[in-house]
Formats: sequence, C-alpha cells, structure tokens
Amino acid sequence: MAELKSKSDRRFQLFWNTAFIIISIVALIPIVRVVSMSLSSKNAILGGKVFLYPIQFTTEAYVRAFYSGSFLSSFVYSIFLMLGSTAVCIVMTVAAAYPLSKKNLKGGAIIMTMFVLTMYLDPGIIPKYLNVKDFKMIDTVWALIIPEALSAYNMIIMCTAFKGLDSSLYEAAKIDGCNEIQTLFKVALPLVYPTLATLALFYAVGRWNRLSDVLYYVNSSKLYTVQMILKQLIESIKISQEEGVSSQLVADNIKSASIVISMTPMLVAYPFIQKYFTKGIMLGAVKG
Amino acid sequence: MKEKTTKVQTHKIPFKVYMRNTWQLYLMLLIPIVYMLMFRYKPMIGGVIAFKKFNVFAGMWDSPWVGLANFKEAFGSKDFWNALKNTLILNVGDLIIGFPIPILIAVFLFEIRNLKIRKATQTILYLPNFLSWVIIAGIITQLFSTSGLVNDIIRKIGLHEINFLSNTFIWRFVYWFAGVWQSAGYSLIIYLAALSATDPSLGEAAYIDGATRLQRIAHVTIPQIRPTISIMLIMQLGKIVSIDFDRPYMMGNTLVKSASDVISTYVYSVGLQAGRFDFATAVGLFQSVVGIVMILSVNQISKKMGEEGIM
Repeated sequence: MAELKSKSDRRFQLFWNTAFIIISIVALIPIVRVVSMSLSSKNAILGGKVFLYPIQFTTEAYVRAFYSGSFLSSFVYSIFLMLGSTAVCIVMTVAAAYPLSKKNLKGGAIIMTMFVLTMYLDPGIIPKYLNVKDFKMIDTVWALIIPEALSAYNMIIMCTAFKGLDSSLYEAAKIDGCNEIQTLFKVALPLVYPTLATLALFYAVGRWNRLSDVLYYVNSSKLYTVQMILKQLIESIKISQEEGVSSQLVADNIKSASIVISMTPMLVAYPFIQKYFTKGIMLGAVKG
Repeated sequence: MKEKTTKVQTHKIPFKVYMRNTWQLYLMLLIPIVYMLMFRYKPMIGGVIAFKKFNVFAGMWDSPWVGLANFKEAFGSKDFWNALKNTLILNVGDLIIGFPIPILIAVFLFEIRNLKIRKATQTILYLPNFLSWVIIAGIITQLFSTSGLVNDIIRKIGLHEINFLSNTFIWRFVYWFAGVWQSAGYSLIIYLAALSATDPSLGEAAYIDGATRLQRIAHVTIPQIRPTISIMLIMQLGKIVSIDFDRPYMMGNTLVKSASDVISTYVYSVGLQAGRFDFATAVGLFQSVVGIVMILSVNQISKKMGEEGIM
C-alpha cells in the first residue's frame, strides 16, 4: 500500500508499537513482582525495598517453602493427579468421540445430542456433590478425577478432528482386515495427534488449576492439591491484611515462593503448549 | 429424497452384518454413555430435592415433598438477593470492561507491521490464562494490599493510600481488571484469527477512496469480524446469571463480603458448609433455569437481528 511510506503511518506505527510494549510490560509486572519477592530476603521485603527485582538475593524462601508442612508432598501428588486424571479424560474423550464421528452409526445422533445437552444443563453444585457421595467417592482421590472425566465440549472437538480424516483411509484399513479398534489405534489416532495433544493439555491445565472440587469433595489434607495448600497460605495473607497485623504467620517471601512454585509447571510448559492451545481455541471457535 | 435412500441402504444391510462390523464401536461408547448417565443426568434427577425437605438419613426419595417452599424461602432471603445482585453486577462489569478490550487490542495489534512485537504481545497477554485463580488472587492481594506495590507507588507520588481490597466499590474494579488480565489473551487469539481471515483488499479500496485509518477500522475491519464478535457476545450474555466459583471465592475477602458473595459461593456456603442441601439446590436450580432461558433467548434475539446464533 502506498500508505506504507506516509508520515502519518510511521507515527501510527511508532505509537502503537510503543503502546503494545508498555501493555506487555504492565501485564508482566505482577509476575515479575512475585518472582522478585520470592528471591528477596525477608528484611528487604519488610523494609519495603523490593520493587521489580530481587533485593539481597536469596533462595532461602524456596527451601523453606518446600520444607514447610506438606508442600513438597502435595506438589508431587498434584503432578501425579494431573497426569492420571488427564489419562482418564483422554481415554473417555476418545472412546466417545471416535464412534460418534462415524456418520452411519445407528443411534449416534441421539447420543451426540445427549452429550451436547450436558453443556447447557447444569445440575448445580449440591446435586453433583450428593451424586459423588452416592458413589462413595467423597474424600477419595476419585472425586478429583471422575466427576470431570469427560467434557462434552472437548469431545466435540475430538469428534470434529476424526470427521476431518479422509474416509478412504478407513476403507483402506478395513480392506486390510483391521477391525474398528485396530483402525482407531493404527490409523485414526496417529493422524489426530495434534488435537489429542491439545485436549490433553486442556485437561491437564484444568486439573492443575482447579480448586473448587478439592474444596467440595475432599476433607483430608493428604488429598489437598497444591492449589488448596496455596489457598490456605493466601488466606493467611488476607487475614493479616484485614486485621492490619504486621507480624504475619507466614513471611511474604515464602508465600511468593509458594506461588512461584505452583506456577512453575505452567510457566515451564507454556512455550511448548502455547501453539497447541492457540490451535485448540480455534478448533472450539470453529464449532462456535 | 435423502431419507429414502438411507432407508433403502439400511434395509439392505441385515442387522447381524451391521453389528458384526460395528459392535466394537458400541462397546467403546458404552463407558462414556454409562458415565454420562451416572455423572451428568443422574445429578439432574437429584435436583428434585429442591422441592423436598431433605433428610440425610431418609435419603433423596424418602424425604417429604414441600413444593416450592425452598424457592419461597430463597426469594424471601436477603442473602439470596444480594448474591444474585452481586453476580449480575460482577458479570455486567466483565461485559462492559472485559468484552471490548480484547477487540480493541486485536484490531490495533493487527494494524501494526512489526511482527515481533505482535507475536510477543500475544504471547505475553495469553500467559495469565494458564494461572489458576488461587495464584492470581495471591498475586493480586500482594500487589494491591496496603503494603503492596501499587500503594507503594501511590505513596511515592505523594497521594494517600487506597484500600483496594476493603472498599467494595474499588474491589469490584480490582476483580474486573484481574479478569481482563487473566482472560483478554484468550479472546485476543480468537479475534486475531478472525482478523487474519478478513479480506485486505477491502481496506485498500477504502484507502484509495480516501478513508482514514480509524474510518477503515470502524467501517471495514470491524464489520468483517462482526460474526465472531456477536458469537462471543451471545456466549457471554448467556452466562450472565452463572458465575464461576474459583474467581469470586478467591478474589473476595471478609471485608468485601457484601460485594463478593455471589450465587456460586452462596450455594457453597449454605449447602456444603451449613448443610442445607435442599435450599441450596433450589438456589442452584433457579440459577440453572434462568441461565438456560438466557442462552435460548439471547440466541433467538441475535438470530432475529440477522446475526449467527450458537445453536
């Protein structure tokens, strides 16, 4: 476009480039701040010297956060819970999506409608709780895996991916003597790998971050996820804030370190999973 | 016509042959179907305790019916109306503040030619989407507390400190902007994708006709992504009475309880904490029903206005 060289365009570009750099920096400040608090000494924080970089650099807070109470064991448990729950979710999602992606499956349309309806019909917290109780899952690890084991939304995304495969591939597999299960594992799944990875990440991030079901279904502290432990820590910040107490139960740097530790799995994975998530959002958006 | 041909086909394939080829598919479907019935539909039936006086020992079916008593009690309760009011205020604020911001960012981000800045901004703004509300609440309370970074800056420039987290009016803005921080990146990606599917020649034609950049954005670019905007709007309007649990629960504190008590946290505290299952179910059921009515009507209205619907 001729406009490329105009003076007003250069000004426009300069202005918005600067604006977006500033917006990005502002969006990063909360994270930079919590990281620098976690790496500063307690005295530097109490003296109000810490701004956006660590003062009197020390990793003591991390050591103490890890050894305080049950944080370390809860962290390991949360990782395993995340992996296990993601595996269950993926098995369920594929088991539903693959048959329903077949156009000539009898009864498929009705079953699909029933799945879609679950996206809009919310039974509410209490009936769900009583249901989990009926299955004797309260205060077991199953309560954190089973109730959210299948999201209709993700299932539809998976189904769309299977539908997008060339039907001649299925026919070829059939002629070669594959039954449906062999076709699924040898032909379909390797081809929908990107979608599968995206959904696995959706489920994993969801499980890692979710607090509500831990709060609803679990009482014993050995089943507390990192988010739950962190919630208790943060509540102690809130209480001290409300009462205006300066001597806090847990020092700010240890709280910050705990926050950073629980962000870490997501922050480390972020560069790798970002492209998948972008794809995943678009998969969902296409469906509307 | 189409129906006829499929009928002929299904008659051609005997049931036995059909099942011989597909029984494995049905076997595979069995687990998800049983799961769906047990964990999605069974709890819906459990919603009947909204019309009962629930007794834990008698169980769901043997508890006595009380008609609409639980609903009457809810509508007569100040706490319920307060929770409903707060849900609406917080959601409407999200709509007014949170909805246009990603659109504006997307439109202007799409105009800049420096791809590195474009990509970096997108990556950075999307990052908070991966943080839980527990983490975000932790970060935000540290930032906005009286001894936090924001008040440090305010004091440094000589102003009086602000009680962001204890004044209900200001707290709401903290809640809304935390929402923008957390979710703007997600919507941004959707709008950017919609923008990259637009036709650049239309903008060029408008440029030759003498339209300024802002005119082109307003009259050429935005109309092209209108279907996406309207779908996003329908989805958000449809959810206006329902509210996520983690966000208000973690962002709130006892000092702003009168503003942060919403339906989801109210159901939790009345139901699971105080053990009034029947009453809390009634409140939840009310919310679900209003939610469905909202989705259906917003969808219908938008279709009447010539926009695409979600259903």
